[in-house]
Amino acid sequence: MKDLLLQKLREQFPSAVEVVSEFRDELTLIIRKADILPVCSFLQSNSDLSFDSIRDLCGADYHRPDDRFEVIYNIYSLKNNFRLRLKVRIDEKDLHVASVSGIWQGANWLERESYDMYGILFDGHPDLRRIYLPEEFEYYPLRKDFPLMGIPGSLPLPRK
Amino acid sequence: MELERTNDSFLTTQLDQIIGWARKNSLWPMPMGISCCAIEMMAFAGPRFDVARFGSEAFRFSPRQSDLMIVAGTVTYKMSHVVRKIYDQMPDPKWVIAMGACTSSGGMYRSYSVVQGIDLFLPVDVYVSGCPPRPDNLLKALMEIQKKIARGEKPGQSDKVYIEESAEHA
Repeated sequence: MKDLLLQKLREQFPSAVEVVSEFRDELTLIIRKADILPVCSFLQSNSDLSFDSIRDLCGADYHRPDDRFEVIYNIYSLKNNFRLRLKVRIDEKDLHVASVSGIWQGANWLERESYDMYGILFDGHPDLRRIYLPEEFEYYPLRKDFPLMGIPGSLPLPRK
Repeated sequence: MELERTNDSFLTTQLDQIIGWARKNSLWPMPMGISCCAIEMMAFAGPRFDVARFGSEAFRFSPRQSDLMIVAGTVTYKMSHVVRKIYDQMPDPKWVIAMGACTSSGGMYRSYSVVQGIDLFLPVDVYVSGCPPRPDNLLKALMEIQKKIARGEKPGQSDKVYIEESAEHA
């Protein structure tokens, strides 16, 4: 399955896959940011691969000068019983990435969570609002430069 | 309660005292069960610990029918507005028990999202330590509230009571 997948991806998108790595039988591909939507669409719709479900989507902050953030997609092919992890690197200066919620409905709330926690903007998302924190909150709390105890006064308490 | 017996089969007392006696033996709790402490609160209401012995078995899910709020669980900033709104809807006199470490102080959640103690936005009468507290300690907190009412104290004004953790088994 792994060889078939890589062969098909290289045929279809010769320059989309930047890094291939494998750890304990878990395959991880780093995908070029501009190609994530067509790659996901292909993986989902191709009848041999048929990655029909998204198991998780999350953000990560590596706090490095270039490509500070990552979005990680864990997708699963029920037909082949095969799991695949895709990663997209996102620079702090351009926080936009294409939304995959049109391909997998389940990505809708997961992308809202990544937006809430990291401020990553998913283009084409139908309803990109905060999912956990109050809508008037101005910060992104899982970023590494956010203080653990928060910013005083940023979350209002009721009057005593 | 001070009672005085007259010769013709009547007992006399003061109105405040008899109302206080009635109130302290029928405290109806508002179960503000937000997280895992609520499981212990259910044990406190169930047959083993049996809060019915103290007249508080009628958990009311409407704040308008309850006079004791048991806040059992981690209160986030987002939830604090809900807790306060429910507290505001309860009729006076109303009492508050802060059950467990999270409710009393934020507990292990030293985090931007968790209120570091509900006394930042609510008047608390009794704090119960433990993570979660044993149901018998919550019973003790209820008895402390009853003592407060029997002494004629007002909610949220007199000295706070702190129930320490115990390892004893019921």
